[in-house]
Amino acid sequence: MIGFISYLVNGISLGSVYAIIALGYTMVYGIAKMLNFAHGDVIMIGAFVVFSTVSGAGLPPVIGVLISVVACTLLGMAIERIAYKPLRKASKLAVLITAIGVSYFLQNVALLIYGANTKSFTSVVTIEPLTLADGALVISGETIVTVAACIIIMIGLMTFMKYSKSGRAMLAVSEDSGAAQLMGVNVNSTIALTFAIGSALAAIAGVLLCSSYPSLTPYTGSMPGIKAFVAAVFGGIGSIPGAFIGGILLGVIEILGKAYVSSQLADAIVFAVLIIVLLVKPTGLLGKQIQEKV
Amino acid sequence: MNGMKTKTHNLSRTTKSNIITYGIVVAAYIIVEIFLRAGMVSSLLEGLLVPLCMYVILAVSLNLTVGISGELSLGHAGFMCVGAFSSAFFSRCMEEMIPAAGIRFTLAILIGTVFAALFGILIGVPVLRLKGDYLAIVTLAFGEIIKNVVNVIYLGRDSRGFHISTKDSISLGLEQGGDVIIKGPQGITGTPNDSTFLIGVVLILITLFIVINLINSRTGRAIMAIRDNRIAAESIGINVTKYKLLAFSVSAALAGTAGVLYAHNLSTLQAQPKNFGYNMSITILVFVVLGGIGNIRGSMIAAVVLTLLPELLRGLNDYRMLIYAVILIATMIFTSSPGGQEIQERIKLFFERKKTKEA
Repeated sequence: MIGFISYLVNGISLGSVYAIIALGYTMVYGIAKMLNFAHGDVIMIGAFVVFSTVSGAGLPPVIGVLISVVACTLLGMAIERIAYKPLRKASKLAVLITAIGVSYFLQNVALLIYGANTKSFTSVVTIEPLTLADGALVISGETIVTVAACIIIMIGLMTFMKYSKSGRAMLAVSEDSGAAQLMGVNVNSTIALTFAIGSALAAIAGVLLCSSYPSLTPYTGSMPGIKAFVAAVFGGIGSIPGAFIGGILLGVIEILGKAYVSSQLADAIVFAVLIIVLLVKPTGLLGKQIQEKV
Repeated sequence: MNGMKTKTHNLSRTTKSNIITYGIVVAAYIIVEIFLRAGMVSSLLEGLLVPLCMYVILAVSLNLTVGISGELSLGHAGFMCVGAFSSAFFSRCMEEMIPAAGIRFTLAILIGTVFAALFGILIGVPVLRLKGDYLAIVTLAFGEIIKNVVNVIYLGRDSRGFHISTKDSISLGLEQGGDVIIKGPQGITGTPNDSTFLIGVVLILITLFIVINLINSRTGRAIMAIRDNRIAAESIGINVTKYKLLAFSVSAALAGTAGVLYAHNLSTLQAQPKNFGYNMSITILVFVVLGGIGNIRGSMIAAVVLTLLPELLRGLNDYRMLIYAVILIATMIFTSSPGGQEIQERIKLFFERKKTKEA
């Protein structure tokens, strides 16, 4: 029983990281209607910035994380401005291929700077682990911080979307960008803001991911990026609570699958669950069903 | 001579275009053979010939799903994986029974293709109900599942027949002298190297023949009608599910053929992220999109150019993939953004003006 609870806790911790990444994914998808394949690589860049500033330059972790968030925010906005903005009216596939190109680009920039060797990432979390049930259940500091960060970010985002002017502009653009523009919403700057927020979240996710799983290579972000995309689809792409629920569920399924079925089949189980959910509910758990008009 | 001329004039535009497409392949084969005979091809490039054929088949077959049927599939590498493993398994089992490489390889190609087609139907039935990005992610998921499942299969053979396990080779409980054919993550070793450049080219021609004929047939027009407007197509009595599934499974079958070529080009076949993962599917999608969606000849050329590009840039060492990425982004922006299209128009105008001046 204790074993199960400890797996569950690990699953929620990993799921929280997926949820943070998926929040960025889902916001970008909701507004720009594009699959940002480069999102996973922004995570990797975020982790590398912390690696350089904290392990390399010896700055305190808090400053390192702040620098990383700022760097990724700027990076996200730059990517949007250079690669995606010219293609706003292009076909979806063209944008997808561009995003793949950006993803290759970021991976190879990291490869040039840091090399292909796996870097061991020093955790930025300094909180003592929590010991419960007479030492049978240990919850690491990383887990506590990750879950807390995820909940704070989700609540923060929902409040931002509901009550702030720019948040409501985002909702309007995601609903109907043409109509939003007619109502005086600056669509371009709203999209840029979305990318900025999404990339900032990616930086945080990267740091948290590498604090729990401390190996860092230029390809670290690729698989979590895909998993987060799966999480976003799982919960209903475009929906913020959906991304949160999808992320947590995905993490729990993955860790439980690893523990009880087979460590090699864990990914297959995650994908199988996604397929089943989509076949039963084609727009995800919390997705909106859009009626087709003739 | 005069008779020939009128004859070519009588051919329809599509027939002419198709003859050019086949001609390009045959011409490329002859040119490469001449260079090979003359010893002017480096061993590195020679090793790339079969993979090039494989990529061309993959690109043409994916174009059937993405370009003609209009469904975004990110699981093409999964079908390739099915074709590769089923055919390599067959070849390993039959190596002693059928010593003639020609017959064995022909059968292996058929088996790989048929198995991939079966998987195409099995996966297509549930998946094709979904649309757009949802379809993309589910095909990606299926591709990853196939890759992961292949990695846990252990299959051995002894005098009592076949044994299968998902744990390890010991739990197969083979007799003395039993042979473990599929060794989980270690894959299949000792597959006969039957793939040659000539077979690759022949398979490309067969693939082209199937795809081009399908596109220009009544079936192909039905598939394209569904792509352009599903509801309108349905309302004039086109069976949407049937035609979508047909395109999807033919495309999967041809990906399986490419997988057979791949498996019989290596002595060790393993399912890894880099050969059967989603990255491979994405690489093929890049060929299709850069070559022009729905344009078969474009897919072929893009597959060849983009496979050779990193090799040609090898002199730049670490920078080659970076340059590849930049070229990819720049091409997409140039071809698809309003600014890029304007520049294209200007270039066109410039040349037209030159022509009229000369005239």
